[in-house]
Amino acid sequence: MGESVWAMRGSGYCSAIAPSAVHAMMQGVRYTMSEPSVAIRLRGLTRRFGDVVAVDGVDLDVFDGEFLTLLGPSGSGKTTVLRMIAGFERPDDGTIELAGVDVTRVPPYARDVNTVFQDYALFPHMSVLKNIEYGLKVKKVPAAERKTRALAALESVRLGAYGDRAPSQLSGGQRQRVALARALVNRPKVLLLDEPLGALDLKLREQMQVELKEIQREVGITFVFVTHDQDEALTMSDRIAVFNEGNIAQLGTPTEVYEHPATAFVAGFVGTSNLLEGAAAQAVLGRPGTWSVRPEKIRVIEADARPGDGEHAVPGTVREVVYVGMSTRFVVDLAVGGSLMAVQQNSEMSTDLGHLRGQRIQLVWDARHEYQVAD
Amino acid sequence: MTTTTATPRGFGYRHPRLRLAGLLTAPMAWLVVVYLGSLAALFLTAFWTVDDFTGQLVKTFTMKNFQQVFTNSAYLGSMLRTVSIALLVTLFCLVLALPLAFFMARVARPSWRPLLVAMVLTPLWASYLVKVYAWRAMLQPETGVLAWFLDPLGLSSPGYGYLGIVITLTYLWLPYMILPIYAGLTRLPNSMLDASSDLGATGGRTFRSVVMPIIFPSIVAGSIFTFSLSLGDYITAQIVGGKVTMLGNIVQTTYVTNLPFAAAVATVPVVIVLLYLLAVRRSGALDNL
Repeated sequence: MGESVWAMRGSGYCSAIAPSAVHAMMQGVRYTMSEPSVAIRLRGLTRRFGDVVAVDGVDLDVFDGEFLTLLGPSGSGKTTVLRMIAGFERPDDGTIELAGVDVTRVPPYARDVNTVFQDYALFPHMSVLKNIEYGLKVKKVPAAERKTRALAALESVRLGAYGDRAPSQLSGGQRQRVALARALVNRPKVLLLDEPLGALDLKLREQMQVELKEIQREVGITFVFVTHDQDEALTMSDRIAVFNEGNIAQLGTPTEVYEHPATAFVAGFVGTSNLLEGAAAQAVLGRPGTWSVRPEKIRVIEADARPGDGEHAVPGTVREVVYVGMSTRFVVDLAVGGSLMAVQQNSEMSTDLGHLRGQRIQLVWDARHEYQVAD
Repeated sequence: MTTTTATPRGFGYRHPRLRLAGLLTAPMAWLVVVYLGSLAALFLTAFWTVDDFTGQLVKTFTMKNFQQVFTNSAYLGSMLRTVSIALLVTLFCLVLALPLAFFMARVARPSWRPLLVAMVLTPLWASYLVKVYAWRAMLQPETGVLAWFLDPLGLSSPGYGYLGIVITLTYLWLPYMILPIYAGLTRLPNSMLDASSDLGATGGRTFRSVVMPIIFPSIVAGSIFTFSLSLGDYITAQIVGGKVTMLGNIVQTTYVTNLPFAAAVATVPVVIVLLYLLAVRRSGALDNL
């Protein structure tokens, strides 16, 4: 969990532009128009596997044109929700509406959604172009139009020259794009993506995150994206639904979910679990409960320095100093019990702070940056 | 600086060629000497003749035996009948094996699969002769088990003959068709079927456009078994075939008196199977055997 914060910063250049702009746009839509139209409406959605309740009464509205991410650890029910929207799983209880029509009992082939699978699921006996044409062929689109649209889709994922190849001749990233083109060529109302970047290496994954986001903005259709990777969720989403044990623990924009985690689980899963609880909270903040402070909001200062106005300070001993390139991470054992992580940008040249290990210091943060979370 | 040397060990490690020889000598000897050797002897003999008076082998090259096989209408008829039986058996096995293998691989719970495979294999543990004689009892006209079931429906038992042979051989070779198709279907990822239905295909369409092309090599592999095993059979024809004869029966009745002619007849199914193998090699089925 610790590294994730750093990886997110690494890809920060793309998140800095995209989601905020889209977010502003979404907000505009939400407030200037009467009501955003709902692409997918889930009510009381429940799925059991034997004694295990995989999805436990999920309610969710996905808006038109939105990039919504279902984020959660494995077994949290996010993939099962996606498979129920696609129609691969039948819910035991609850309803699914697509564009206002109840499709709970409609088979997958009659739903206006398309899916990009985790293993891509390209048909090995068809060429890349035939794979992309498959959905159009099944729907009896005339051959000429089929070919034109498939070629255009292939072009849009920058694989124009690869139409005649077999899927086995492509790299993982290329297969991923073919799977995307195969789904998008059908012009579905909703595109479902089941951990589509999971099999790619880090560099390619970051590149595909940006591309996916661009493609979504170009085609303007609703994306429902499943991942267990918080960086992916924060980078691409308009909104994130954080899943835990078959339910949505929090639903909000990346900023809301990251800056104001609703529960201790969300605080820990999205970002680093940096919690002050029980006696430590009482001692430092003067209030009981569980509180979350993100590591990058915490500064390390000398043990005898005076904290600024409106800042909370807590003395502690540096247990670990980790140099991670663009920043340095401190793990500090607090005098009042427990420990916190703090992160400092390495803005100076000689920033070997290893000598601080074992030293007594103070951690300070702006009181506005601490948030109470539910246990 | 001193270096210590480990005590030399691992004879095979230091002599990889000898290790390879140890691995392959016995099977290669079997294949080359016994298998290919007897096949070569068969081909060679097929071009010889037997002296009609003395009964001695005449070891001079002649095409006489093959001319006889391909011009005599009785032999030619037997050959076509044998090929048609083998094709029908393959077709019936396929029709029965496809839904069964699909159930085993994709519908039944994964924990049941080993049991289902064992059940498919069980008939192979029984003696071939026992099974064929069992079918003789089943097929018996008027008093057989099939007659017992079919009479109330106004039908009669197929009895001994062409259809009896096809039914019995289909029963005998069915597991050889089920197993490769089952293996092919278990390798087919679920997401492939999901993807097809996601793209708008109904179950039937998915079966035709996705499942069949992907498991086609498995079907070909199974058909090689059912086709070639049926082509060479003669005991089934003898026991449930009535007056119907297959190529194998001709070999059986002529090899004592005219070995070269029997060899020529035996060569025919070998060549047919080789042609079949050449034809299916293109499908990639042999890569999966």
